[in-house]
Amino acid sequence: MDFILQPWPWYVTGPLIALVMFLLLYFGKNFGMSSNLRTLCTISGAGKFSDFFRFDWKTQQWNLLVVLGTIIGGFIAHFYLSVPTDMELNPDTVASLRDLGFQNAGKSIVPAELFSWDAVLSGKALLILVIGGFLVGFGTRYAGGCTSGHAISGLSNLQLPSLIAVIGFFIGGLIMIHFLFPIIFN
Amino acid sequence: MKQLKFLLTGIFFGIVLYKSEAISWYRIYEMFRFESFHMYGIIGSAVVTGVLLVLLIKRTHMHSTEGREIAFTDKDKSYARYILGGTFFGLGWALIGACPGPLFILLGTGVTTIIIAILAAMLGTFVYGLLKNKLPH
Repeated sequence: MDFILQPWPWYVTGPLIALVMFLLLYFGKNFGMSSNLRTLCTISGAGKFSDFFRFDWKTQQWNLLVVLGTIIGGFIAHFYLSVPTDMELNPDTVASLRDLGFQNAGKSIVPAELFSWDAVLSGKALLILVIGGFLVGFGTRYAGGCTSGHAISGLSNLQLPSLIAVIGFFIGGLIMIHFLFPIIFN
Repeated sequence: MKQLKFLLTGIFFGIVLYKSEAISWYRIYEMFRFESFHMYGIIGSAVVTGVLLVLLIKRTHMHSTEGREIAFTDKDKSYARYILGGTFFGLGWALIGACPGPLFILLGTGVTTIIIAILAAMLGTFVYGLLKNKLPH
């Protein structure tokens, strides 16, 4: 049982993610998590402002159930299928994070410096979560998909547009980490 | 009961992604610094397995549980939307260390502040809907 409680290696989780894509295709649907953000906008009444949100959200109910499942899955994995373990991050990564002001890198899933309510209520972390979340939601719909829709589903079907999108993901990510992080976290 | 399979698939996906550590802000940071093979291993092995599964579906003309042959639609051919949208997405992904799947999974692990990022992501999607016709695609 111990191997269940430890982090799972990449060569186990990677193929299992592909299995999730396969299951959804087998159920006559497709694997794309970001579509749910659009559906949630529609449910919230965004159709009053743009055609883009005028569709019958009930056709997307299945995907909302997948989302609900992921929340439950996160809960089960965190509270029942794991023991507190330090992440095996590259020591260089940990050192560079310390320089940016992040202590305890890898001791929890996410840094308290960004995700604790204390940090959020002090302002800066709040701004980061809002801007970062906004960019994710805006970018994913603009690009027509996220990591699941493009990097997994699209590349698995050898779609050139998905490869271009993934290249875009990396352009953005590299700019953020290498040029903007030193400014944001100085 | 027909819907239960979607909930179960989601639960499975949430567990897998949590156990892979791909939902960790630290892992995304490490990935963009090219300091670990971990994330590349996950995405790479997912894609290799995915390519084989898609091939299997196409070769065997596999039918879905809905009774129809599983069909794939090609993504629209263009460059601007993918490279520009992708870059916006990447900036956000690296900043908060979470893409749309992990946003929700993290909520389940008790990272309640992620609600702020989820609402902001909805706002981002909403603004895209407003600007859609003015943006280059």
